[in-house]
Amino acid sequence: MRAALRIPKLVVYVAGLVPAAWTFYLGLQDRLGPEPIKALEQELGLWSLRFLLLCLLISPLRRAGVDLLRYRRALGLLAFYYAALHLSAYVALDHGFDWTAIGRDILKRPYVTIGMAAFVILVPLAATSNNAAIRRLGAAAWARLHRLVYVAAILAAAHFLLIVKSWPAEPLLYAAATIALLAARALPAARRARTASAS
Amino acid sequence: AAALAAARSAFSTNEPKTPRADVLAYNNFYEFGGRKSDPADNAHTLTTEPWTVRIDGLVAKPADYRLEDLIKPLALEERVYRMRCVEGWSMVIPWIGAPLSEILKRVEPLGSAKYVAFETLVRPEEMPGQKGLLQLLPWPYVEGLRLDEALHPLTILATGLYGETLPNQNGAPLRLVVPWKYGFKGIKSIVRISLTETQPKTSWNIQNPREYGFYSNVNPNVDHPRWSQATERRIGEGGLFAKRRPTLMYNGYADQVASLYSGMDLERYF
Repeated sequence: MRAALRIPKLVVYVAGLVPAAWTFYLGLQDRLGPEPIKALEQELGLWSLRFLLLCLLISPLRRAGVDLLRYRRALGLLAFYYAALHLSAYVALDHGFDWTAIGRDILKRPYVTIGMAAFVILVPLAATSNNAAIRRLGAAAWARLHRLVYVAAILAAAHFLLIVKSWPAEPLLYAAATIALLAARALPAARRARTASAS
Repeated sequence: AAALAAARSAFSTNEPKTPRADVLAYNNFYEFGGRKSDPADNAHTLTTEPWTVRIDGLVAKPADYRLEDLIKPLALEERVYRMRCVEGWSMVIPWIGAPLSEILKRVEPLGSAKYVAFETLVRPEEMPGQKGLLQLLPWPYVEGLRLDEALHPLTILATGLYGETLPNQNGAPLRLVVPWKYGFKGIKSIVRISLTETQPKTSWNIQNPREYGFYSNVNPNVDHPRWSQATERRIGEGGLFAKRRPTLMYNGYADQVASLYSGMDLERYF
């Protein structure tokens, strides 16, 4: 992992945005299959979820002895950028700025409501993902606020599960990964609490 | 696929046809997997010869019919129909087939017959979606129509599309096409047709009765519980910046079929 530690953060940002640029390029070339808008929209959403889960992987990895903490902010911001692109694709390409239909969707369709909620949660997290915000809020308050990422991840995984017909493997696997990453935090915390009360 | 001659039908739409490549590449046929590309990738394993269709239930002449015998007496027609998927996309497909009514008349339905039930092949060794850990539906896939819907002149059994015999991924060698209903009613690779007195079970209704009803008529005013059915996206139409188009009542076939449902509460019988 020593090599990974030397990667400049800028490289993470640039590499992280490659899938968005590449998918959009394929779309312009008409190479995204019979439903290009849906393909682009889903790809952007999926990458947002992937970066969220990578974010959640940093802490368990540290306990296992691999410290990638310095990349967590980049991964979190990438999750937000992809969520914003996903939402833009939904608003502009999928619905052609039909605000009535979009508003109805947000109010009436639980999967849209949930996806929108996940995005709204990510906004303050992205806005405070800088050193100045940490200083202003204080480390403790900042950390408390950023625990909202757990809620965002659960909502994002649910958003994926709720749009599919039947029970295909992919959204189930992402939901399982989300649960596993949250459990990886809850279990040590519970154990700490037990030892603390026992002593 | 072999060339298949057919007379053009007056029931055809003049709208631009969905490119053949898209019709062949973008399918829901869960027997071959859950992704839209799975049928095109996997369905080549299906053997469609010999093929037998059992026609039974409330008919005077129940029998196991060899497909050739069933098809031979029919005058095949090309029917260019709109196809609206329940997921919100649509195509325009030049099917080749014959009215289901022609076949039903030959087997002589009894007076007590009120419904027609259909069943798809179960052959896990050739249909990868029917084996393994995660199977998306209970098999066999089953569908059904009311007898008057089945006898309607728009309802066809298709044996081909785009001038050739049906590609496997589109439901070879014999599938149902009911253009005013959501696409999943068009059951593929049919091995059994039964006439019944009671309403037959249908696969998606078994899977999720709250979301998929027996009728499943295309209706922009009755939403799927999870998404709107007011608009649709026409496959192959304009890439990344294509606009949605409004979905039409009974998929644009209201003049021909609305009378089948007069007086029915379409919110309840969705």
